[in-house]
Amino acid sequence: MTELQIRRLYKAYGGHVVFHDFSADIPLEGITVLRGASGAGKTTLFRLLLGLEQPDSGEISGMSGRKPAVVFQEDRLLPWRNALKNVSIVSSEKAAERALERLGLGDSLHLLPRELSGGMRRRVALARALAYGGDILFLDEPFTGLDEENKRAAAREILDSKLPALVITHEEDEARLLGGFRTIGIPQAAGDLG
Amino acid sequence: MPNKRKWYKNALIALAYLAVWEAASLLVGKELLLPSPSSTVARLAVLLIQSDTWLFAGLTLLRIMAGYFMGVFAGILLAILTARSHFSEELLSPLRSVVKATPVTSFILLALLWLSSGLVPLFISFLMVLPMVWTTTAEAILQTDRRLVEMCRVFGLSRWKIIQTVYIPSVLPQVLASCTTALGFAWKSGVAAEIIALPKQSIGYRLYESKLRIETVDLFAWTLLVIALSVLLERLLVWSMRRIRHD
Repeated sequence: MTELQIRRLYKAYGGHVVFHDFSADIPLEGITVLRGASGAGKTTLFRLLLGLEQPDSGEISGMSGRKPAVVFQEDRLLPWRNALKNVSIVSSEKAAERALERLGLGDSLHLLPRELSGGMRRRVALARALAYGGDILFLDEPFTGLDEENKRAAAREILDSKLPALVITHEEDEARLLGGFRTIGIPQAAGDLG
Repeated sequence: MPNKRKWYKNALIALAYLAVWEAASLLVGKELLLPSPSSTVARLAVLLIQSDTWLFAGLTLLRIMAGYFMGVFAGILLAILTARSHFSEELLSPLRSVVKATPVTSFILLALLWLSSGLVPLFISFLMVLPMVWTTTAEAILQTDRRLVEMCRVFGLSRWKIIQTVYIPSVLPQVLASCTTALGFAWKSGVAAEIIALPKQSIGYRLYESKLRIETVDLFAWTLLVIALSVLLERLLVWSMRRIRHD
């Protein structure tokens, strides 16, 4: 299968409906940007696709046997491990070092997360996803806290990986850095059932 | 240099306390009620050159430390069990509450009925350490950042690798701190158990004997030895734990 298929998805938390009869096909090639208003459920969709949450009803297919590499909304770095070791938990040390160097963190390999700036931590999280050797990237706001130069470098690394990528970003400029992408809109669902 | 200054400061504080003790002893004027530090230290020096003292201290140490390590081990195991399963927590938490709330002397008296006098201090140290390590470790496991565990799962790390990379580093500082606190409790309650259970070859027996013969200087000298051993053990434990944390 070369695409992720979402069919008649329904997901609610308590009385708050996030997805109501939502269907979409996400091709597994190139960059796909998920768009939607704040709170529309973009991160929830990521979690559903990754199997971290189950839909109340509906069907998601195409993820079976896949090896997703993820940049979460938060950096999720191990506070007691330096940058290099944070990346090498999912890859070889060599691959980790290369990924960090390519993202401009060659001088910060042995710094702990608390010694890194917000933007540097974000790049470590991205390096972890890129060094992993997955077959699909899930990137939730991957450019948060990065300056323009580092955003361009990060986008270049994402594109160079040649992996299909699902990206959540609110910024038009950031989406444009990823070149010829397609967009999937997530509509605001029915809202509160009351 | 700052270490040397700290050492001088500590020595000065110790000397100040000794001076207060000496002054109080002079004021009371009866060695039977409050022996002076000089006579206590002199008596301790005599005790330390007797081979029996080392035998008694060694056996007391063995009993208490055996109970301590068994308590730490069982506490960690029970913490894992109760943190993982709500049913286990509901089933076992009343037991923990009972152990926490029961006076240590009640346990000592009960243990005297069940066990030989030599095993009572071991059992009491075990009982003091168990709920402390159990509670702290279970709380530390439950407080582990679930988002980090989730991240590891998404990246396909095995369960053992997640325990190694997330759980152990996350819970270790709290577990080690509770182990240090528990050591003091184990030591104090273990010696108290010896005083009541009276195993012949023990510091507790010597303390009881000193009290019975109203040999207050001996009582102070043995107590000083208990304090010295406790401080030494705690230092050793803290040093070992620092090494564990840095490895």
